Amino acid sequence: MIWAMFAEAWHAMGANRLRTFLTMLGMVIGVGAVILMLSIGQGTQQRIQDSINSMGANLFIILSGSNVAGGVRGGSGNVPTLTLQDAQALAELPAIAAVAPVSPGQAQMVYGPNNWNTTVMGTTADFLKVRDWPLKEGDTFSELDLRSATRVAIIGKTVAENLFGDENPVGKTMRIRNSPFLVIGVLASKGQSLDGRDQDDTVLVPVTTAQRKLFGTRFAGTVRYIMVEAKSAELMARAENQMNDLLRQRHRINRPEDDDFTVRNLTALADTAADTARTMSLMLGAIASVSLVVGGIGIMNIMLVSVTERTREIGIRMAIGARRRDVLGQFLLEAVLISLIGCLIGVLFGVGGGLLASHLAGLSVIISAGPIILAFAVAAAIGIFFGFYPARMAANLKPIEALRYQ
Amino acid sequence: MSATDVIRITHLGKDYDTDAGPVTVLRGISFSIHEGEFVAIMGPSGSGKSTLMNILGCLDTPTSGEYVLNGHSVSELDHDQLANLRNRVIGFVFQGFNLLQRATLTENVALPLVYRGVARHERNAKAESLLGKVGLASHVRSYPNKISGGQQQRVAIARSLVGDPRLILADEPTGNLDTHTSQEIMDFFTRLNREDGITVVVVTHEHDIAAYAQRLIRLVDGKIAYDGPAAAGLHEHAEVSS
Repeated sequence: MIWAMFAEAWHAMGANRLRTFLTMLGMVIGVGAVILMLSIGQGTQQRIQDSINSMGANLFIILSGSNVAGGVRGGSGNVPTLTLQDAQALAELPAIAAVAPVSPGQAQMVYGPNNWNTTVMGTTADFLKVRDWPLKEGDTFSELDLRSATRVAIIGKTVAENLFGDENPVGKTMRIRNSPFLVIGVLASKGQSLDGRDQDDTVLVPVTTAQRKLFGTRFAGTVRYIMVEAKSAELMARAENQMNDLLRQRHRINRPEDDDFTVRNLTALADTAADTARTMSLMLGAIASVSLVVGGIGIMNIMLVSVTERTREIGIRMAIGARRRDVLGQFLLEAVLISLIGCLIGVLFGVGGGLLASHLAGLSVIISAGPIILAFAVAAAIGIFFGFYPARMAANLKPIEALRYQ
Repeated sequence: MSATDVIRITHLGKDYDTDAGPVTVLRGISFSIHEGEFVAIMGPSGSGKSTLMNILGCLDTPTSGEYVLNGHSVSELDHDQLANLRNRVIGFVFQGFNLLQRATLTENVALPLVYRGVARHERNAKAESLLGKVGLASHVRSYPNKISGGQQQRVAIARSLVGDPRLILADEPTGNLDTHTSQEIMDFFTRLNREDGITVVVVTHEHDIAAYAQRLIRLVDGKIAYDGPAAAGLHEHAEVSS
């Protein structure tokens, strides 16, 4: 019975191939668009997520804020108010996992015939922990390096490539602002940051070395900013309060509006970016779904025409014993078949288009089973939904009127 | 009612609603047809014979009166039960053959069995054997538009027989056929009636077709004008018209 119905539906679809093809085309385009959009959306989301992860998790950055002198408030960062001692005190807080003070500067560096200019960051060994940034080879700074401000450096991949080429930089001596620095480690590659900067184009030195030997400052012992990692996402709010309290106490500030520092929650920013990407992806999918609905309407349209055209056939079938549900099933099956075959072709086009987009346009595309299964479920639902009305119309024909129809 | 009544109608009436108001087509007809009878229904056009045939075939419903088919009171049955009666009790033969053009002869003949849920090979075997019986064994894979009208009507007869019906209803079965082919078809009905004991009811307006039947029912203006042996009825009518 089932096979007979499939055969009937197949016959009926083959009877008017061009029309069946054009009807399917609606579904092909709809499903193809949905799959392509969801794949691109997911790819973009994944790329943003990767960038966020490359920044480090549960991250705060504390910037030195404005100072207040005689009621005149300066802008953010105009006076470095944060010190190494602040960083050490913050590290004692219970909600905090790691703290890395950063004292950055721009410097020219030389190795052999090559030279390069990049950001040199004075920091501590915890920087690697905070940023979740493993070493590719070599070692990080020791306590001794920090205490005695030794001239050692950890370099990023881009710097290693530009200065050392194919040589292994570890153990070599390079010059930063003409002072010799021993390269003790190379960072693993992290790629682009959220704002498109090359994160691998950097050099790390002990913060004390940066302060005393590279970038002398008028404010001895200060750092530009402090990066802080909370112990967990749940502890972010508590960590923020603890840090604010501690720093106000240390800086002898009574009112929060006089704060000479700013605590920024970087993870919140990143979450916003991820949310935006998710929304975009959903919106693209929603727009593409409209074409799926239009495809469904196309199926309904053709099925209505088909029922009218085949009224006499329906009459003959009823006269020799077809029940209403036989006629209903026949037309419903035809609609669902058109829809599902269209969906299958659409999935092929969507996946193909996705691969093409990733190869030719360099878009991040993730093709996963989820949207494909969803597409088939939706296509079947559309076939049933838009096929039901015409099929019921066919089933409710009166046998004698259907037979007389010319 | 007698146990061998295949059809029994009592005071059957049928009105149609038209734009010009209700039109009465059948005015209280009563008769019974026993198992194994060969009945011809005649009458001028507009006499209601096609309407009567459609009601007998459960394709249309009467406005009044009772129709008992094979022991079932038709007015009490729902759509599915009516479909089941059409499928199992009645075999239909139409003037215009009414074959599905897209299906092969075998598929056409086997179609009633599809709705009984009979397996494909079983259906096709039975359909092909019936096509052989009506002399079309070499055409089983052909399509209806490749064969002659007489052949198409034989396919339709094979289709009407595939479900082993007790009753064949033929509505002007020879209306589209030449004299020679018409005789072939009527001979076939006669054999079915005599050899297999199938009840045959033929609607026709041709005397020589009606002459194949044993019993004649003549309708005039929605009423029965004659119900009796075919030979006498045809003779009487010939005298009246001459």
